[in-house]
Amino acid sequence: MAEVRYENASRIYPGTDIPAVESLTLDIPDGELLVLVGPSGSGKSTALRMLAGLEFVDKGSVYIDAEDVTLTPPQDRDIAMVFQNYALYPNMTVQANMGFALKQQGVPKAERAERVREAARILDLEPYLDRKPKNLSGGQRQRVAMGRAIVRRPQVFLMDEPLSNLDAKLRVQTRTELADLQARLGVTTVYVTHDQVEAMTMGHRVAVLKDGILQQVDRPRTLYSHPVNLFVAGFIGSPAMNLVEAEAGGTDGIRLGSLTLPLDEQVAHNLAAREPGAYTVGVRPEHLQLASEGIAGEVTVVEELGSESYVHVAIEHQGGPLLLVVRAEGETMTQRGDNVRVSCRGPVHVFAPNGERIGA
Amino acid sequence: MRADGAVMEVGKRRAVSFLLGLLSWVVALVFFFPIFWMVLNGFKEEIDANTDPKLVFDPTFDRFDEVTSQTQGLLGFREAFMNSVWAVSISTILVLVLAIPAAYALAIRPVAKWRDVLFFFISTKFLPVVAAILPLWIIARELDLLNTRLVLIILYTAMNLPLAVWMLRSFFSEVPKELIEAAQIDGAKLRGQITSVILPIVAPGLAATALLCVIFAWNEFFLAVQLNPVDGSTIPIWVTSNVSTRGNFLAKLSAASTLATLPVVLAGWLAQKRMIRGLSMGAIK
Repeated sequence: MAEVRYENASRIYPGTDIPAVESLTLDIPDGELLVLVGPSGSGKSTALRMLAGLEFVDKGSVYIDAEDVTLTPPQDRDIAMVFQNYALYPNMTVQANMGFALKQQGVPKAERAERVREAARILDLEPYLDRKPKNLSGGQRQRVAMGRAIVRRPQVFLMDEPLSNLDAKLRVQTRTELADLQARLGVTTVYVTHDQVEAMTMGHRVAVLKDGILQQVDRPRTLYSHPVNLFVAGFIGSPAMNLVEAEAGGTDGIRLGSLTLPLDEQVAHNLAAREPGAYTVGVRPEHLQLASEGIAGEVTVVEELGSESYVHVAIEHQGGPLLLVVRAEGETMTQRGDNVRVSCRGPVHVFAPNGERIGA
Repeated sequence: MRADGAVMEVGKRRAVSFLLGLLSWVVALVFFFPIFWMVLNGFKEEIDANTDPKLVFDPTFDRFDEVTSQTQGLLGFREAFMNSVWAVSISTILVLVLAIPAAYALAIRPVAKWRDVLFFFISTKFLPVVAAILPLWIIARELDLLNTRLVLIILYTAMNLPLAVWMLRSFFSEVPKELIEAAQIDGAKLRGQITSVILPIVAPGLAATALLCVIFAWNEFFLAVQLNPVDGSTIPIWVTSNVSTRGNFLAKLSAASTLATLPVVLAGWLAQKRMIRGLSMGAIK
């Protein structure tokens, strides 16, 4: 068990100028499950592989448990990794796969068998110990890959999109099991995913990366309610936040067609001190509602999810059409083609032209 | 109308696949027939082998006895066979021992300029052996290696090494990168990574490579006849020693050729058992 620290760690792939990960500084306390999330090419996997020792750290350092491991080979880092494609040894049985690391450490056979059996029990793999990976289902292989990691009792777990090869239902189920397992074992975990729902549901804290640069690291709740910039605002949340360009600045507040958006006091205060210009306004679908007054628009799509529904409304804004997504409770009577009005109950996020958040 | 068209289409496709099947059988039989005839001739009396082709005859092992027990001429069967076994097995083992690290260095952790290295390996095969035989012969003579097994072991190793490196490189590069990374993280050192993870996965490729080396070395004639015409000579030379200048020898030669072919067929059969596909299945996804 250990804390993990990145200190200005950069990775520049040979033959490129732009760092895949740029000056990453990140503290991960003991026992935390930290999720690295971002679109493809954001450097999240590279960051993980730098911690694993599979990727060279060009600048900066990486620490595990206060020890500088920047130049330590993966063999000596006492970490375990679950790969996206599981990377099970095809020539070995499940038992041998799970016991391989212990064998390398020279753990006696009896203890090895005992620890493998214990991990197999936790993961419901006992009946399959003598099978080869090719005779397992996708979900079972995933569990073997997990088993191979937990048998080791390593200082840190690294997980590189471990659920992305499972079907949707199994993925949701495994997600909770995994989070539960991590909490029980209390092992510091770095988890990479491109799926922001996975990130939000699993992470104690979530680090959002874009183009190799850390955008924000916070608890999921904070990330959702206080995105530090436009990218995080648009990336976190499903369906995505409505982002609209609007004229703002000065003391006029912000208007969306006929609708005046309710601004937080702090935001209004900060905005008043700024030059008028084109700002980006963000409102989450659940902070908009269909109402008797507000901005008029026409319904284009209704997504019924049972407990809630998302109504896509085309409004006119700055002389062009604009699509807003509005969340409605439960079932809705609204249909495509209906003329509706949309009002906003806030909070409203405002981003400066450079993408930065304004105000609280 | 459309249904008729579809039915006709299916019929046509069936006819085509039938004709293709027939053609491949015909071609296979045409290729196989000389071998079949050779084996058959080995069981005949000389007189039967040399007259009109006969399918029905009294089979006899006499020719096999003759060719394996004869001592006149240069070379006995037993001696030639043991020479071949030594030259082939030792050279093949040497080739694998040298080619495995080379393939690792070219495929898994490519050295700088690995393409040039690879080209260098194959370029050693550009020179026709016949053009190199004089210097080879002189060097062998100077080193007192003429008519020894050792010279063939050295040359067969050199002859097969480039091919083995090329083949193993392509098998090695099919090993999923993540498996090696997983082994690294699991704490396996280089040797453990190679013996526990890489080699079991490339085993079929290893078997195929070894088989080709065995075949090429077993069948090699030119170097053997030039450098080892007397002692240390191999099975192909022994086969030709059954050609006599007088009298009939077709049945004897057939028997000798059949005996020379058997070990290769056996090696092929053994290697095939290792060459099962899909050994790496289940590794990823």
